[in-house]
Amino acid sequence: MSSFFAQDVPIAWYLLLSAVLFSLGVVGFLIKRNLITVFMSIELMLNAVNLTFVAFAWQWHAVKGQIFVFFVMMVAAAEAAVGLAIIIAVFRARATLAVDRIDLMKL
Amino acid sequence: MTGPLLFLPLIPLLPFLGFLLNGLLGRRLPKALVTTIGLAAPCASFLLVLHVAYLFWSGSLALPVVEPGAPAWISIGALHIDFGSVIDQLSLVMLLVVTGVGFLIHIYSVGYMHDDEGYARYFAYLNLFLFFMTVLVQAGNVLFMFVGWEGVGLASYLLIGFWFRKPSAANAGKKAFVVNRIGDFAFLIGIFLLLANFGTLTFSEIGANLSANPAWNGGVLNVIALCLLAGATGKSAQLPLYIWLPDAMEGPTPVSALIHAATMVTAGVYMISRMHVLFNHAPIALATVAVVGAATAFFAATMGLVQNDIKRVLAYSTISQLGYMFLGCGVAAYSAAIFHLMTHAFFKALLFLGAGSVIHALGGEQDMRKMGGLWKKMPVTFACMTAAVLAICGIFPFAGFFSKDAILYAAFLQGAGGVVLWIVGVVTALLTALYMFRLWYMTFLGEPRDAAHHPHATPASMAVPMVILGALSLCGGWIGIERFGSFLAPALGALHLDSRIPHLEIYLSIVAVLVALEGWLIADKYYRRRPGRPAQLAAAMPGAYKVLYNKYYVDEIYEAVFVKPLLEGSRWVLGVFVDKAIVGGAAWLLAGTSLLAGAILQRWQSGNLRSYAAWLAAGAAAVLLFIVVPWTTLLAGFGIHLGMAVH
Repeated sequence: MSSFFAQDVPIAWYLLLSAVLFSLGVVGFLIKRNLITVFMSIELMLNAVNLTFVAFAWQWHAVKGQIFVFFVMMVAAAEAAVGLAIIIAVFRARATLAVDRIDLMKL
Repeated sequence: MTGPLLFLPLIPLLPFLGFLLNGLLGRRLPKALVTTIGLAAPCASFLLVLHVAYLFWSGSLALPVVEPGAPAWISIGALHIDFGSVIDQLSLVMLLVVTGVGFLIHIYSVGYMHDDEGYARYFAYLNLFLFFMTVLVQAGNVLFMFVGWEGVGLASYLLIGFWFRKPSAANAGKKAFVVNRIGDFAFLIGIFLLLANFGTLTFSEIGANLSANPAWNGGVLNVIALCLLAGATGKSAQLPLYIWLPDAMEGPTPVSALIHAATMVTAGVYMISRMHVLFNHAPIALATVAVVGAATAFFAATMGLVQNDIKRVLAYSTISQLGYMFLGCGVAAYSAAIFHLMTHAFFKALLFLGAGSVIHALGGEQDMRKMGGLWKKMPVTFACMTAAVLAICGIFPFAGFFSKDAILYAAFLQGAGGVVLWIVGVVTALLTALYMFRLWYMTFLGEPRDAAHHPHATPASMAVPMVILGALSLCGGWIGIERFGSFLAPALGALHLDSRIPHLEIYLSIVAVLVALEGWLIADKYYRRRPGRPAQLAAAMPGAYKVLYNKYYVDEIYEAVFVKPLLEGSRWVLGVFVDKAIVGGAAWLLAGTSLLAGAILQRWQSGNLRSYAAWLAAGAAAVLLFIVVPWTTLLAGFGIHLGMAVH
């Protein structure tokens, strides 16, 4: 079963898909104005990296990569919880989710 | 070296311990303990010196004792400088005077400073002074002596400005320090020249070197000796650097007695005597010493004639007497100079202590015009002061007679120039008698001129030192110059006072005493029998009086010639050009650059999240580019090789 994929799909395809997903995440992060969309772009980038980890783990028959993925997913879940809480707090304070209006990081 | 234990390092170190204890803890200690520490240290030093003197006297100790300081201080190539000490006859006499008179004045201070809030600080400074002074006297090489030399200057500065809340006292301290610095600068040049020409700074080695080359005369030795003389004129208040001493009277009176009369100001005389081998090989410098001494003695005496502040009269008299000592050194009669140094320490310390007693009794009054008739109320002070006045005037058989006589006699034997110096010295003796008896009459005799003062009695702690010093002022000279000279001969060379005219010395001393008595008579006439005369005289010669009263305008001349140009030069050249334009400009340039850079880079921090993210992505891309692109190979294709060879 596993050998079916192994023979037919070379590692490069996985990596290419991962790169495309990551780039989509970066571009979405850069051009989107809505805070929630930006947040989703970040998740996309994380999952692109996850895909790379899994692909390599499978390629090299090393379980470390899969463990890394679990860690990343766990951190991403925590991040989602905290991030959404912050987004709600920001929305309450500013009544907007437009990233350009939220320039609190200026000195 | 085997011999009796001398504890030489303890002589300076005990007062230093006293300084540390009183200086660090004094404010928290009870007054009795401060007094005990402050007195125990000089007393112990004095006893140690007495111990050395006794061992020498009983024959169980051969002088000079040279103790090399165990660890070398400076050791560069062939140059070795240590903390060694030398005890010979010269330093023994000096140590006895310094610690003995110093101890007496410490005792006196207990009474004088009793109600002062800075009591512990005062004793700490006084012990510090004693530490540095004994270092100066004991030092076995010039550089170590210089440490003591600078140290006593520091102690002097601290004590002149002891009442630092009074601006005049603070200024006087600064003036003393700055004027001394000029002399010390010359002294330092002299030390460097010594080092360059002798390769050593140890007294004995310099002396041995010169004795081995009797033909080496003049030349650079004159220059060195003149530099040392300039240093001595600063410390010993001689022309042209005497101006700090009258102002130094702002300090507490016991300080004036100890530092600015008996010990520190004689350091110059001591230094010249210590370097007498060098001065003997430097005839021009030696003649300069004599001329400076005689001129200072005369001019200071004329200035002392018209002062009204009792301490200032004594200050000018100190300068004048120091001039005598320099005159003695200048005619190569070093032991006569040291003799006068010793007797002067007794009677001048006593004069200041007596003046302090009067000032203390009158609640701080220093103007002699408001004194008078004090002899009935202060009999002890009066008796002691009378002895001191007679001693300083050189009346037989008081101490000053013997020492001053020895110096004048030695000067007279120096040919025609010596006779001129002798005449100046004798005229100065007349002036000395005049101003000292003027002080005596105005202070103690006549009727009280200011009814407001109710003098109170002198405490025992002040009276006892005065009585001891009074006895010394009477007897201190009885040892005679012959015996004193032969005692010092191993350290200072034999004193040759032989004349072809028989009994010349006796004739000369009779002349000197008669002249002094004449001075007394004039003072008696002007200040007792016809008290209106001085004012008439001043009115008759307003020009001369004004010049004398204003001390020849020397302070004003120095102000115009040195201080003002320096001040203005500092203000405009250093202040405006160097400081404001160059230093300040550089600082503004630096600040401006970073401000400008900040203003430009500030735009980066827009607060816009997407802009940050874009820069982040750009940075990541740049790193990726740097790693992925094979730069070395790429550049090698264009003929550019980075560091290591490309194969």
